[in-house]
Amino acid sequence: MPKSNLADDQQISRRLFITESCAGLSSVWLLSHLPEISAAQDHAHRAAQSATPVEFEVFTSKQAAEVEAIAAQIIPTDDTPGAREARVIYFIDRALATFASDEREVFNKGFKQFQSKLGKLPGRPKSFRELNSERQIRLLKSIEKSEFFELVRNLTITGMFANPEYGGNYNQTGWKLIGFEDQFLFKPPFGFYDRGYQSEK
Amino acid sequence: MPDEQTRFDASAEIDFVIIGSGAAGGIIARELSVAGFRVVVLEQGPYMKEPDFEHDELKYMRGRAITNDYKRQPNTFRRTEKEKAKVQPAVIYGRQVGGGTVHFTGNYWRFHEIDFIERTRWGAIAGTGFDDWPITYAELEPYYTKTEWELGVSGLAGASPFDPPRSRPYPLPPLPIKSSGVLAEQGALRLGWHAFPAPMAIISKPYRGRQACLHCGFCEYFGCEVRAKSSTLATVIREAEATGLCEIRANSCVRKIETDKAGRVTGVIYFDGDGGEQFQKARAVVLCANGVETPRLLLMSKSNLFPQGLANSSGKVGRYLMFNGHASASALFEHPLNEFKSVAVSRVIHDFYDSDPKRGFYGGGGIDTRFDVYPIGFALRNLPLDAPRWGAEYKSMLREYYTRSLRALGHTTSLPVETNSVSLDPDVKDSWGLPAARITYKDHAEDMKTMKFFQARCRELLDAAGARKIWYRPVAGQSLGFHLLGTCRMGNDPNSSVIDKYHRAHDVPNLFICDGSSFVTSGRGQPTCTIQALAFRAAEHIIRMAKNGEIKSAL
Repeated sequence: MPKSNLADDQQISRRLFITESCAGLSSVWLLSHLPEISAAQDHAHRAAQSATPVEFEVFTSKQAAEVEAIAAQIIPTDDTPGAREARVIYFIDRALATFASDEREVFNKGFKQFQSKLGKLPGRPKSFRELNSERQIRLLKSIEKSEFFELVRNLTITGMFANPEYGGNYNQTGWKLIGFEDQFLFKPPFGFYDRGYQSEK
Repeated sequence: MPDEQTRFDASAEIDFVIIGSGAAGGIIARELSVAGFRVVVLEQGPYMKEPDFEHDELKYMRGRAITNDYKRQPNTFRRTEKEKAKVQPAVIYGRQVGGGTVHFTGNYWRFHEIDFIERTRWGAIAGTGFDDWPITYAELEPYYTKTEWELGVSGLAGASPFDPPRSRPYPLPPLPIKSSGVLAEQGALRLGWHAFPAPMAIISKPYRGRQACLHCGFCEYFGCEVRAKSSTLATVIREAEATGLCEIRANSCVRKIETDKAGRVTGVIYFDGDGGEQFQKARAVVLCANGVETPRLLLMSKSNLFPQGLANSSGKVGRYLMFNGHASASALFEHPLNEFKSVAVSRVIHDFYDSDPKRGFYGGGGIDTRFDVYPIGFALRNLPLDAPRWGAEYKSMLREYYTRSLRALGHTTSLPVETNSVSLDPDVKDSWGLPAARITYKDHAEDMKTMKFFQARCRELLDAAGARKIWYRPVAGQSLGFHLLGTCRMGNDPNSSVIDKYHRAHDVPNLFICDGSSFVTSGRGQPTCTIQALAFRAAEHIIRMAKNGEIKSAL
């Protein structure tokens, strides 16, 4: 993982930076055409500040547990955290409640089909969670071309890598995984190949 | 920045209404107001400023915070005029004060001398409106220099052996090289090509009260929080407002340019932010709404006198749409490049800029190296095509690839084809009830060959730079345009062009048009510098005509 080029005293928090560099400028203008995304953000802020366990807005607790188990196969936990530790389930719930609400029908229909497919497996398992990992993967492979899986995949990945304010990417889990850093200031050298750069001409 | 914005009351006599505040509109607003004219700029998008911008991929990329919103402004698309167009995002453009210059990458190439005289050099190409421009590079050169110095551009004069002559160096030294730039240099050297420091409209040192780039990496699709990107928002629009003679009226969506019985423009009808209809009177109108919105508005402004749409006696309004071609290849390298840091591009290659008859087809372009992909977009669709899409191996590839990936990107010519066009959709309406823009677009066969040629060069470059693995999608016809060019072309003949060489509509003496729509040919993929040089030149001529009483206002 790339290390920051900055000494600690040069680290600038996003909030501090904005406050200092823009003091005295005009007030915030509302993004009138983005109400849904803003709503998702507000909700996530409230949830983050809440002392009581977060309630799901769209999911039943059974759905949440099952979707979380699917997400945990899409980006599994190994020696590093995966979708589960990144808390993408909260992102997905909020997305379906807000800017992705058009997709709720696809989700509900797909989830029913998923359950019925599950119930026909040997041993008639009651939930996806109770399957071992190998059987989970086999089942997901059999539906990986479906609209339902594509939706859950898309939301899992988006939740893993969107700003933590939206409820997923907890503690920047996703960004740490890939080596992305959200900072306002970087200094060269930026990568391996531009270290000690001298023009070849 | 002045806290008090100029607000004209309804009785104020306005000299110019400018429609659009982007690459061209912002410059013309500044030039006209500094010259003492009263100017109202109508911008359909909101007025966001630096404190409003954020590092937020979900909001800015998925949410289209500062580009056109397909929900409110659908467009339709079809390949040929025989098909029925379907609702499908086909064009991207800036939709806020500053227009596309707020979210653009900052690539700032001048056109070369050859770009203005291609018809003479190459000859006719069947099935196209391939033509020379009515102006030459030499005529535009002072304005290229002016735009570089007025806005702030970083680069190194003379670094490219293919550069056209220039009267002044760049005002700012190049931005620091990135790993992508070093690899481009190494690859180019092995191939006998020439990689040179990218000219960028992002300032490498403090300039005219603005601070230098901090290399945060959020350029493309984002607004710059520190004013280091030389958008019109960060530069000329402030200067226009400081004159006290220019009002920037945001959230104002123009639906019609009005004319009188003599065929002169009297003002414009627009919807304000509350959806109320307003009329703004003006002595003249300057239309700078981009290569899609400009022809759309002219086509919507038809009247008894102008039954085909305003300024359209030639029938060429909306015709000859050009997107520029794009072709790329991606690669994985041994060590981290960390391309998410700093501006997108630090080296450019122009060895294949000109057309070469030996290739057997018309076309040319430039190549740069970058990995301008933010985390969500990367994880959703930027691993190699044969990579797993989920699971343990997918995760491990995410970890390996993000910091080590690189793309070589070719930017190429598009021929002006008359049937590639912007027209009014007969069925689909936007949320103001206005006809949606219908895009008809099919790359010319020569453009497809050019893209394939450039993809092969991109692969060679990555290979010569030492890539561990190279992958690419086959070149396919384009259906999404972000360079919107050619739809109100400039020319000397009123039968085959919409505006004259001074940007005045052939048909309407007090209507001027300046933006990507003015282009006669596409150039090689980076149009903003030329749009802005044209804007400085157009403004000079508009001021001259206004002062000499040649505008022939209706008022």
